[in-house]
Amino acid sequence: MALIDWSKITLTDPPQMPREVLRELKKGIDGTFREFSRGYGEAIENFFHPLLMFLKWFQDLLIETPWPLILVILGALSWWGSRSWKMVVGTVVAFLFIGWLDMWEDTMATLAIVSVATLLCIAIGIPIGILMARSDRVQAMILPVLDIMQTIPSFVYLIPVVMLLGIGKVPGLLAVMIYAIPPIVRLTNLGIRLVDKEVLEAADAFGSSYWQKLFQVQIPLALPNIFAGVNQTIMMALSMVVIAAMIGVPGLGVPVLRAVSNQYLALGVMNGLAIVAIAIIFDRVSQAFGKRLQKHREGEHGA
Amino acid sequence: MPDLKIKISDLYKIFGSNGAAHIDKVRNGVGKTELLEKHGHVLGLQNINIDIFAGRIQVIMGLSGSGKSTLIRHINRLIEPTTGQIMIDGKDVLSMSASELLHFRRFDASMVFQKFALLPHRTVLANTTYGLSMQGIEQSEAEKRASHWLERVGLAGFEDRFPAQLSGGMQQRVGLARALATDADILLMDEAFSALDPLIRADMQGILLDLQSELHKTIVFITHDLDEALRIGDDIAILRDGNLVQQGSSQDIVLNPADDYVADFTKDINRARVLTLGTLSHQEPSVDGIALDSALTLEQAMNDLAASEKEAITVTKDGQMIGQVTMRDMIYAASRVKAGDGDTVTYR
Repeated sequence: MALIDWSKITLTDPPQMPREVLRELKKGIDGTFREFSRGYGEAIENFFHPLLMFLKWFQDLLIETPWPLILVILGALSWWGSRSWKMVVGTVVAFLFIGWLDMWEDTMATLAIVSVATLLCIAIGIPIGILMARSDRVQAMILPVLDIMQTIPSFVYLIPVVMLLGIGKVPGLLAVMIYAIPPIVRLTNLGIRLVDKEVLEAADAFGSSYWQKLFQVQIPLALPNIFAGVNQTIMMALSMVVIAAMIGVPGLGVPVLRAVSNQYLALGVMNGLAIVAIAIIFDRVSQAFGKRLQKHREGEHGA
Repeated sequence: MPDLKIKISDLYKIFGSNGAAHIDKVRNGVGKTELLEKHGHVLGLQNINIDIFAGRIQVIMGLSGSGKSTLIRHINRLIEPTTGQIMIDGKDVLSMSASELLHFRRFDASMVFQKFALLPHRTVLANTTYGLSMQGIEQSEAEKRASHWLERVGLAGFEDRFPAQLSGGMQQRVGLARALATDADILLMDEAFSALDPLIRADMQGILLDLQSELHKTIVFITHDLDEALRIGDDIAILRDGNLVQQGSSQDIVLNPADDYVADFTKDINRARVLTLGTLSHQEPSVDGIALDSALTLEQAMNDLAASEKEAITVTKDGQMIGQVTMRDMIYAASRVKAGDGDTVTYR
């Protein structure tokens, strides 16, 4: 079986695989993956079951918690992050508005998935970033994977995820994480690599072990960068809300999808703006927190 | 003679992918340039032998690229040598296991860095306790000791500042306090004062000498500045292209430079401020002179002599007369003319 169909080559048609061969190749890949998902789909689903339970629990918790308490918690979080009354008032007003426009439950569902996705991205992404910073070989292996994760259209990896796990919260969460994890990995790696060599040498000279150096010098000094990564990860997770809704994740994305298919302008805009409001609050609060981490740089002069 | 503290022998460092393979070539006289051009390796240090004595300040001097920073990093093994031996209190640093090395770095040798290398996210106090926390000392005790040392270097009241809020000189005092706080016998100072401006530098030298007169640590001090070397060094070693070209006291270096490289270094210094009466003193038919201590520099002695009516100095040590120095001797020594003959002093 020839791999190139010589008869088809012209000035405008580059060398091509014969049509049948190409079809067989695609069918082969699809068949193999279907076999795989039939064989292991359930095992994989079981593996993710605790995650699903947690997600459900967390979402229910947010929805069932009395709204005044949620407002207090959100206000407190934004105070803790930004130390600014303006931010606190802005947060509370934004969420009151969301509730007033009947988007409370969807917003809580979105908060649930975005928080869980962000926490998981941090828990997985930071150790990977640390490994990358430690070894050039690991970095060379992981960087192209991150490039793929960031540039491949989300719909493309939705296909295998849905084939394996069906539609629902967990595949949605995976889709969000695939898209949102690269920044935290990259910026952890970068932050640790940028730590002043002389400071590391000083840590060595005073007899720091590998872990002491990591936790007392490298991570604290990389924290501003790591935090920029966390901020980016949150933003990217939020931007996946609509796509996640396509595979069955509840939240603000669902009404947006409904608005698209039915041409409901007002519904689409309101839910879209609710996502924007959450994004702005998260962004400002986390940036203010990141800035506060660098307070020690205040009054820095050239020395 | 004080006790031998650090003995470095036969130390070589060749930077590159396979330094050990080129050791024999270097031993057989292949130079730095040839090694780099033909074999792609950089000769860092070759055939270094130094004895460093307890309680003294050993200065290692050289221009940039001479290997002095490489050498000091061998003492606590921040850099691994290609071959050689470094004995400290009779123990070979180079054969220490990883955990022995950590212990050695925590308890036996501390270091001060050219660019301070403080932890920017920690306060002055938390920086000073760093070495103590590595030693496993409890927080409150560590802070107590750290405060003591901060006070000693003149930083009382700055405990809660961050390094970025301090001037360079103050940051380096923190560096010094951090190193002293661990109570290690050996203090490694890598161009510790080079980044400071001249007045602050002189100030820091003074602080170091004051502390040393009381602490008697073994200090290895790297510098490219001869004035600094002469001021604080008990013993001076001069490095050039990874080679030790001269070792000796400040008097030796100034009076008898081993080669043109060293002579070049000493060319511009004020010799009268470095040379002491003890160095020039010699036995002559006794002349009537004023009695001065042998540790005085020529500058001070000339001043005293000019104020008196006499023409010569009777040099004393611990109250005993050990020789004499004439006005003419001092003029010769302070200018750079070679004078004298075999049985008196020989200098250039």
